Amino acid sequence: MGIFTRGFTGRAREQNPNLPPGQFLTEGFPVLSAGPTPRIDTATWEFTISTGAGAVQRWNWDEFMALPSEEIATDIHCVTRWSKLGTTWRGVSLDTLFAGVETTNEYTMVHSYGGYTTNVPLEDLTGGKAWVAFEFDGEPLAPEHGGPARLLVPHLYFWKSAKWVRGIETTSDDDPGFWEQNGYHLYGDPWREQRYS
Amino acid sequence: MTHLDGNALAGALAELFLGDMTLATGTCAGCGDEAELARAMVYADAPGLVVRCSRCGDVLMTVVRSPADTRVSMPGITILTLLR
Repeated sequence: MGIFTRGFTGRAREQNPNLPPGQFLTEGFPVLSAGPTPRIDTATWEFTISTGAGAVQRWNWDEFMALPSEEIATDIHCVTRWSKLGTTWRGVSLDTLFAGVETTNEYTMVHSYGGYTTNVPLEDLTGGKAWVAFEFDGEPLAPEHGGPARLLVPHLYFWKSAKWVRGIETTSDDDPGFWEQNGYHLYGDPWREQRYS
Repeated sequence: MTHLDGNALAGALAELFLGDMTLATGTCAGCGDEAELARAMVYADAPGLVVRCSRCGDVLMTVVRSPADTRVSMPGITILTLLR
């Protein structure tokens, strides 16, 4: 009896309509990183948005925390095939951060403390689709998960949600970031299973 | 985040190169350090293997394995030497 129950449970999980193709559910929160975890003091943290002609917007931690934030309930999908459903975050919408930015550039390069980069089209960061998140599950974001603040772009594979984010630069071309240069897809839509380039 | 030592590269690189590539010497483009790949730092809990210089931490090499192929990038190695 137990054997049949376990088998049917597994099938049901695989058929979950909230799981993109090729993904498996996890209840944990795996930590993936391309390097050592940087320890960033919020006293020296800053976030910038530039359009290629120098920084046009700059926030220190206190200024950033004074911006309106919102709770985000979303599913996240890692290219290494785990998905975590129903996660809860708090962050500042990129719409708020880009409100005073004028640019004709259609792409962005996201930069992190520690040197990581990833490219995201500007239209995927605006329109209520992306945030700079500073809380996970009601707690300050832990360093191993990207704290004090990370990008959250949950409709793309999670390597696009850069940990330890420190700035976004708009670009005229869709130049590849770290993983995109090294074999991963330029866009990374989990529902179209865009894993590799 | 912890890392493995460069010996963790042996299996992945055996698919691409003859011989044990962890014995190859790489020269770091960032700091000029010359070291066997076995001495590098390997971050394996990631979408691919990320190999970093044990002296300066710069990325020496990445290895991404898809179902179809294995892609090695060496953005931080100026010279790779393997004795015959």
